[in-house]
Amino acid sequence: MTLEINGEIQSLPSIKNIEELLQHLGLGHDRIAVEVNRRIVRRQEWERTPLNDRDRIEIVQFVGGG
Amino acid sequence: MAYSLSDDPLILAGKSFRSRLIVGTGKYASLILMREALERSGAQMVTVAVRRVNLNDVSGESLLAYIDTRRFTLLPNTAGCYSAEEAIRIANLGREAGLSDWVKLEVIGDEKTLFPDTEALLTATKILVKDGFVVLPYTNDDPVMARKLEDAGAAAIMPLGASIGSGMGIQNPANLRIILENASVPVIVDAGVGTASDATIAMELGCDAVLMNTGIAGAVDPIAMAEAMKLAVESGRLAYKAGRIPRKLYAIASSSMEGISR
Repeated sequence: MTLEINGEIQSLPSIKNIEELLQHLGLGHDRIAVEVNRRIVRRQEWERTPLNDRDRIEIVQFVGGG
Repeated sequence: MAYSLSDDPLILAGKSFRSRLIVGTGKYASLILMREALERSGAQMVTVAVRRVNLNDVSGESLLAYIDTRRFTLLPNTAGCYSAEEAIRIANLGREAGLSDWVKLEVIGDEKTLFPDTEALLTATKILVKDGFVVLPYTNDDPVMARKLEDAGAAAIMPLGASIGSGMGIQNPANLRIILENASVPVIVDAGVGTASDATIAMELGCDAVLMNTGIAGAVDPIAMAEAMKLAVESGRLAYKAGRIPRKLYAIASSSMEGISR
C-alpha cells in the first residue's frame, strides 16, 4: 500500500492500523501524536484505526524550542 | 515580617511554581549542554516545539531523553505558525503528544521581526480556551491587546520585551507597566532578554515571570548564563517586593553630620 507519511510517499507492505504502522517504522509510543488525513487520532484509538491506501499521515514529536 | 521568595510562588492557572524563570530548549549546541543549563537555571517549566518525527533517523537522540518530566513541566509552543488555523492544529497535536492542556500560543505575523499577528492570536486564543486549553499567548507590548487576550480567557499575558532572539532587552517599560497595572492574570515577559540585567528589569517592573531561550542558549557559556538568569529573576523579584527608593535629582548624605569632628 502507499501512504504519505510526514510529506513523503512511502510504499509499504499492507498495514492494518496505526499501531502496526508505528511498529513498522520503529517508533515508540511515548510523547508522539498522530494525524490521519488531518484528523488527530488519540492514542487509545491507534489499534482500531484502520489505514487505507493513500492516507496522509503526520507523526509529530517534541523538539527543542523557545 | 520581611518578604521571602519562598513564600511567594508563581501561580499559573492554579499551578504553583517556585521558579519565576521559564526557559526554552532550542538552539543548544548539544542536548547534554541543554540539560546542564536547564538544571542550573532552576526553572520548573520548559518550552518545546512540535515537529515531524524524522523517519530517516528514528534511532536519533530524543529531546525528552534529556528532560526529566517529573521535574520540568513541558510547555508545548506553536512556533512557526502563521495563522490561527495552523496554531490551533499544532496546539492540539502538542496536547495529544504531551498529554497536557497547556500551550504557549504563538501566531507569527512577520518573518523578519517575528512579531505576533495579534488579530489571529486573539482568534486562536478564544477557540483554544473554549476547547479547554490553558493558553499562554506570546503577544506584543500593547496594553489594549493584553486586555483583549485576558478577556478571551488567556491564563497569562506574555508580552515581548523585544524581538525574539534579539537580545535587545526591555524596549518599552512604560507599556509593560500599563499592562501590569491592568492585568489580573500573570504577566510574563517572553522574548528579548539578552543578559541578566534585562531579566532583572522585567521583574523589577513587577512582571510575574520571564521566559527566555536565546539569552541562555546563545551565550558563550550557557550554563553560567543560566545561573545568572536564575539569580537575576530572583533579584528582580526581591527588589520589586522590597520597594525601591524614589529617584531624586540631588544627593542626600548617608552619614549623619551630627558629631562631625572639625
